[in-house]
Amino acid sequence: MRKIHDFHGGIHPVENKHQSLHTPIRDAGIPAELTLPLSQHIGAPATPLVAVGERVLKGQLVAEATGLVSAALHAPTSGTVTAIEPRPIAHPSGLPAPCLVIASDGEDAWCELPPPCSFETLERPELLARIRAAGIAGMGGAGFPAAVKLGLKPGTQVETLIINGTECEPYITADDILMRERAAQIVRGAQILAHLVAPAETVIGIEDNKPEAIAAMCAAAEGTGIEIAVFPTKYPSGGEKQLIELLTGKQVPSGGLPMDVGVVCQNVGTAAAVADAVEHGRPLISRITTVTGAAVDEPQNFEVLLGTPMSHLLALAGYRAADNPRLVMGGPMMGFTVPDPGVPIVKTTNCILAPSAQELPAPPPAQACIRCGLCAEACPASLLPQQLYWFARGREFEKAEAHNLFDCIECGACSYVCPSNIPLVQYYRAAKAEVLQMRRDAQKAEHSRQRFEARQERLEREEAEKEARRAARKQAAEEKARRAADAGSGEADPVQAAIERAQARKAAQAAGAASEENPLQKLEKTVVTTRERLEKAEAKLAQARSEGADHIAALETGVEKTRAKLAAAEQALQDYQAQQTPAEPAPAGDAAQAAIQKAMAARAAQANKSPLEKARDNLEKLEARLAKSEARLAESRAAGEEEKIVEALASSVERLQEKVAAARAELAAEES
Amino acid sequence: MIELLVQHPLLAALLALVGLGAVFGALLGYAAVRFRTEGNPIVEQINAILPQTQCGQCGHPGCRPYAEAIAAGEDINKCPPGGQAGIEALAQLLDREVVPLDDEHGEEKVPQVAFIREDECIGCTKCIQACPVDAILGAAKHMHTVIASECTGCDLCVEPCPVDCIDMIPQAQTLQTWHWELPDTSNRGADIIATDAGEAA
Ligand code: SF4
Ligand code: SF4
Ligand code: SF4
Ligand code: SF4
Repeated sequence: MRKIHDFHGGIHPVENKHQSLHTPIRDAGIPAELTLPLSQHIGAPATPLVAVGERVLKGQLVAEATGLVSAALHAPTSGTVTAIEPRPIAHPSGLPAPCLVIASDGEDAWCELPPPCSFETLERPELLARIRAAGIAGMGGAGFPAAVKLGLKPGTQVETLIINGTECEPYITADDILMRERAAQIVRGAQILAHLVAPAETVIGIEDNKPEAIAAMCAAAEGTGIEIAVFPTKYPSGGEKQLIELLTGKQVPSGGLPMDVGVVCQNVGTAAAVADAVEHGRPLISRITTVTGAAVDEPQNFEVLLGTPMSHLLALAGYRAADNPRLVMGGPMMGFTVPDPGVPIVKTTNCILAPSAQELPAPPPAQACIRCGLCAEACPASLLPQQLYWFARGREFEKAEAHNLFDCIECGACSYVCPSNIPLVQYYRAAKAEVLQMRRDAQKAEHSRQRFEARQERLEREEAEKEARRAARKQAAEEKARRAADAGSGEADPVQAAIERAQARKAAQAAGAASEENPLQKLEKTVVTTRERLEKAEAKLAQARSEGADHIAALETGVEKTRAKLAAAEQALQDYQAQQTPAEPAPAGDAAQAAIQKAMAARAAQANKSPLEKARDNLEKLEARLAKSEARLAESRAAGEEEKIVEALASSVERLQEKVAAARAELAAEES
Repeated sequence: MIELLVQHPLLAALLALVGLGAVFGALLGYAAVRFRTEGNPIVEQINAILPQTQCGQCGHPGCRPYAEAIAAGEDINKCPPGGQAGIEALAQLLDREVVPLDDEHGEEKVPQVAFIREDECIGCTKCIQACPVDAILGAAKHMHTVIASECTGCDLCVEPCPVDCIDMIPQAQTLQTWHWELPDTSNRGADIIATDAGEAA
């Protein structure tokens, strides 16, 4: 007999297990429709392999594991895939999640399965592949893919393999009845797991409130070398870390995994599923689920196909919806309220609890923490729940983290004993989520920072390159000029003349700029000269046409190009004028910087304004935008731009007109 | 030489000290070059707290300039995307007082993502030029689109679009982003006795 250790804290809530143990496991049958959430496990959602309308057979792979930490899904019965879409699932948020929906045909026809074999003949990788292919994910409630947990790094030595038959949470009897009725299967599963991880010892841990299960398991384990360890009932001895301490006396370090102390832990349900998968090749398509609570007439355990709506099971158990203020998935300590009884059973649904109002009353209002310290005495993780509560409440999440917030298993023992009825666990759940959110945000911010800096760098580089090119061109021109001058000094060289002209123009421009010739005039001049050029080109084109010359095409493209240039110049002028209105010339260069500055100016102006002023401003802004859009539209019509562009512009003008009308109405409303 | 030093112990001491000074000075100088910290570390730390939305609402052209301004003594409550949590983090880092967000610069909003209505886009590339994190993909006269995972929701691309085809969409809550909220302690005072709960609630 092994020495049973003890763990810190723990509580003894009323067990309420007898209600659902009067009858043997009952088959829940085949519902008309099965809804399989693609994510029933921890890790990446599975990837669907079938299309809507496809016929699937029982046991057929319908969604494969995505990446390493994920689990496959199989059709629980034969039928037709009718949808792959978001459906409500059992999740405290009530949000829908992607699901694969199968309409059953009632035939329950199996697909071809791998041939049955005995595990001794299989190599480890093959065994692991079978378990992985069966889509088994921790059936005790957490849903960690079993194959991931069992895929040990080569060279690791496992001391103890623990099969968890504790089931410490009140009301739930799924594992209890499984051990009573299918002890042999569980023991075979345990042997397979032992073959796989090669531990020094294999222990099945059961609480002493399940005498029938203990007897059945002892009988089944006779002569296999697997030990059945029985220990006193205390919640939450089924917690992985607590069970390890109970059976081995070793404590899993904070933030560590059971493997760090040489232990692998699996649930009895998982062991049974492993036996099924390896020996018969059957994937995980059903599980045992307890339906209990005072609001059902016949509390009992069902063998239920995954994807069955909870309402189907509840109906079989004689559910009285009127007596049941809230439906809970899981037990009273760690379960959560499900938003809708139509949600499907998944791999981790060990219990549906339909309590009456007296049985599980709404929690009384929370009162002030009186620092009694009862929570710290009850905490099985040896935390300081009261401290964590203060930190979470004061949003000092870093301090909570430093006090080992992430070691909290959310068992609810602290809330259970709290005389002030403080919903402590909710604080911890929220605090954990906030910390994770903060980590994600920090990652995203870092990513954005890198992108921003990369962009900044790129812009600078481009600017420098442009500058370099300009310098090179200038040098080349000077070089050429000098050579020309050297060659025929004195003669009237056209190149030289042109260069001189250009230089003179530039000088004039520079002088003009110095003498307050503002960019507006420059832009206007560009428009004028471009227009002149366009006219000239058009005249030439017309002449060429009338003469029937052969370079019409070239002239045409020339005209096109000049026209585009004119449009661009006009646009620039307009833009400039539009920018000019807020009296501040936009700094040239980086457009993003300019946009930021504009937004900043707008926001500064926005500050400290009454709603009336804001509405007025809004209207003005919209009108300005409308004017801009209209101008752009007129321009592109004139320039004969593509149909699509003109249409898009027209529709945006319309939209802006609507917006302006709305803003006017708002302004009127504000004024009245 | 030795004799001279022996005869003038004061000189010997002086020389020894000068020698030591020179050696350690060289060592320190080398260390200063070899292990130099890049930039201004406090600015880096502040910048690490700012949300990097690069939206300019703080009145600076980007997060880093604001970080520099904070390091130079500017108020810490001007960044709406960072929100109250950001202010708290800054206050803790800089040992300043926690102040409420200055609403002159905007309010804390749910995170948003830009979305281009693609069939209306005319391909003018204006939005690309405005985006501070290169989150928009497209080419002249071709449809543009926002890479949602890279978008910081800064809003800067909306205004430049001539056909007004960019929407800022508040990010919907998904199963991945949903989480438990802290219990609401505001409306139910912590000191109601249980029998009064019905009336108070
Ligand atoms: S919920 Fe967390 S803090 Fe409370 S008793 Fe359980 S482990 Fe400890
Ligand atoms: S307001 Fe915040 S997010 Fe926006 S640029 Fe300034 S520091 Fe960055
Ligand atoms: S600025 Fe607007 S119209 Fe131009 S490409 Fe971007 S989204 Fe399209
Ligand atoms: S796409 Fe728009 S909102 Fe998103 S980061 Fe770029 S400019 Fe900002």
